[in-house]
Amino acid sequence: MQAAQRIAEFARVLRHNGFRVGLGETRDALAIMASPAGARPSSLQSALRALFCATHSDWEKFDEIFSAFWHGRDMRTAQVVSGIGTPRASRNVGEAKAQGLGQPDHAQRGEGDAAGGHGRREGASVAENLATKDLRHVTDPAEVAATHALAARLARSMRARLVRREQVRRRGRRLDLRRTIHRNISHGGTLIELAWRRRKIKPLRLVILLDASGSMELYTAFFVRFLHGVVDAFHEAEAFVFHTRLAHVSPSLRDRDVARAVDKLSLMALGIGGGTRIGESLATFNRWHARRVINSRTAVMIVSDGYDTGEPERLGAEMRRLRRRCRRIVWLNPLIGWRDYSPQARGMQAALPYVDLFAPAHNLESLAALEPYLARI
Amino acid sequence: MTLDRENISNRLAAVSYIADRDIATALWLMEFLKRPLLLEGEAGVGKTEVAKALAAVHGAELIRLQCYEGLDQNAALYEWNYQRQLLAIKTREGENAETIEEHIFSERYLLERPLLAAIRRTAPPVLLVDEIDRADEEFEAFLLELLSDFQITIPELGTVKAITIPRVVLTSNGTRELSDALRRRCLYHYVDFPDVDREARIIMARLPGVETTLALQIARLVNAIRKEDLRKVPGVAETLDWAATLAGLGLHDLRQEPEAIHETMMCLLKTHEDRSRLTREVTERLLGKVA
Repeated sequence: MQAAQRIAEFARVLRHNGFRVGLGETRDALAIMASPAGARPSSLQSALRALFCATHSDWEKFDEIFSAFWHGRDMRTAQVVSGIGTPRASRNVGEAKAQGLGQPDHAQRGEGDAAGGHGRREGASVAENLATKDLRHVTDPAEVAATHALAARLARSMRARLVRREQVRRRGRRLDLRRTIHRNISHGGTLIELAWRRRKIKPLRLVILLDASGSMELYTAFFVRFLHGVVDAFHEAEAFVFHTRLAHVSPSLRDRDVARAVDKLSLMALGIGGGTRIGESLATFNRWHARRVINSRTAVMIVSDGYDTGEPERLGAEMRRLRRRCRRIVWLNPLIGWRDYSPQARGMQAALPYVDLFAPAHNLESLAALEPYLARI
Repeated sequence: MTLDRENISNRLAAVSYIADRDIATALWLMEFLKRPLLLEGEAGVGKTEVAKALAAVHGAELIRLQCYEGLDQNAALYEWNYQRQLLAIKTREGENAETIEEHIFSERYLLERPLLAAIRRTAPPVLLVDEIDRADEEFEAFLLELLSDFQITIPELGTVKAITIPRVVLTSNGTRELSDALRRRCLYHYVDFPDVDREARIIMARLPGVETTLALQIARLVNAIRKEDLRKVPGVAETLDWAATLAGLGLHDLRQEPEAIHETMMCLLKTHEDRSRLTREVTERLLGKVA
C-alpha cells in the first residue's frame, strides 16, 4: 500500500536522524493518515510532529526533515537530509548537527564506521597519537594505553565513591509517624518499632567543561578519556567541549565503545585551531545549558589553561553568574604542574575569584587527589 | 466521542484558552490515539493551563498530581487511614482477629490519592502529572506501568482496574532527563512562549478591561524583553499581572507614561540582577522599538 510504504520510509528517515521511532508510532501514524487530519499537509505535519517527537531537539529538527521528505525531492532534500538513500551518512549528518559540528569531520567518521573494526583501530590510534604528545613524558604505546585505562578507572572509582554516599545514613532525624504506625499494626497498635525519615542525599552531579583549543593540545586526548570514563559511569554527568564555541558532547560520549566515542571527540578537538573563547563559551553554557544541567548539587569542573583570546571582563562576568548557580567550581589547569607556574594569564586572573578549587591536572595523581574533595561536597 | 480538530479549537476558544493550531492538533491526537501528552517548555509558558483547558473542554474533572523529589506511591496512589484503623482495632478488641482485619482493610479505610482517584472516576477525568521531572526515576517507572495497564494492585484489597481511562497530561521543565520509555509512550509537544498576536489575545481574553492597542503594545514589549539576556524570562502569568497593573493605573497607551512602565516592571522581572539590567534607558529603547 502506498501510504503505508511512505510512512514506513519516513519513520526510517527519522530513525536515522536520531528519533526513537518504534512500530507503535508507525502504526499510529498510519491511523492519522487515514483520519481527517491526514487530508491536509499542515495538519498532518503537526499531528506527526506530536507523535514522532520525544525531545526538544527532535522538535526542532522535525519540520526540516518533514518538509524535505514530503514536500520536495529536489535540492532541499539533498541539502537537509543528504542521505535518504544512504542511511549511515544521514545519521552522521544528524549527529553532526546535534553537536554543532562541521560536516568534514563526520565524513571521515562515516567511512570509519562503514569499515567496522578497522574504524575502531583508527580511532584508537588518533587518540594515541595525541596522547603521545600528551603528559609530556609518556611515549611508549603500552604506557599510553595504561594511562588511558587508569584515567577511565579513576573516573569510575570517583563515581562509585560519590554514589555510595546515598546509602550511608541509616538513621533519620524525624520520626515517620505514618510508617511507624503501619509497621506496628502487628503489635496491636503498640509502638515498638520506630521508622525514621531521613533526607535522601542525591549524588553529586558533575559537569565538565573541557578546553580543546590548540594550547591545550597536549592534554586533550588524555582528558577526553577521562571525560568518557566519567560520563559513562556517572549517572549524573554532563560533558561539554569548547574552543571558540561550546559543544555538548555527552550524547556521543555515552557510546559504550570507548574508542569510537573518543574518536568522535578527538576529531572534534582536532578540527579546530585558533584561539580559545572561554568567556563566550561560558556565556553559551550559562544561557542555554546551565538551567538544564545544573542543580544545587552540581560541581562544575573546568579544564583549561586559562589562555583566553576573548575579553577577561566577559569571562569574569560569566564566571560570576555560573558561580551563583552551582555548588562548586573546580578549575583544573594542567599548567600548574609545570615548574614556576603562576596564574598570570589575564583570563585566568579574571576567573580565579570565583573558583573554589584551583588544582593541577598534569598527571593522573593530581586527578586522583580530586576525588576526596568531590566526595566531601 | 471523538471530536475533530476544528471542534477542539472552537471549544478551547469557548473556555477562553487561546490555542495555537499545533496544540489543538496534539489535543485531538490524544483523543484519537489514546496516548498521554507530554508537554515541555520553559517555566511560565502555560503548560499547566493546557491541562486545565482540556478539562474544561471535556467538562471533565481535573485531578492534579504535583510531583516533587521523594514523591512515593503512598502520596501518589493510595494510603490506609492508619489512625482510623488503630481506633477500629482498639474498639473491637476481643473480637475475632480475622474479622477485624477484614474490617480495617476495607474501602472505608482507604484514602484515595490522585492516581487511584483518576482511574476510579465514573466519567474520565483529566489527570495532570505536573513537573514529572522533579519526581524520582523510580516513580517515573511506576507511572509508566500505570499508564500502560491502567490497573493498580493493592495487596490487601486486590487489583483495582480502571473504570474509565483518564486523559493524561504530563509536564516537564527539563530539570532532569526523562526516560526514553516514558517519552516513547507519550505524544510530545514543546510549548513555546506565545507570539505577539496570541499573547495579546490571551491578555484580552483574561482581562476584558484591556483595550486592543494596549494589549498589543504590552505583548510586543514583553516579547522584546524576553529577547534580552535575563536570568528569569517573564512568563505569560507575569504578562497578565503586568497588564492588569497597567490597566489598573488607567493607561490606554504605553507611550503615554514611560515612567509608569519602569516603575511597574517588578511585575515582570523577579530578580535583582534583571531589574538592574533593564535600566530606564533600556526600557525606553525597547518601548521606542515596539510602541
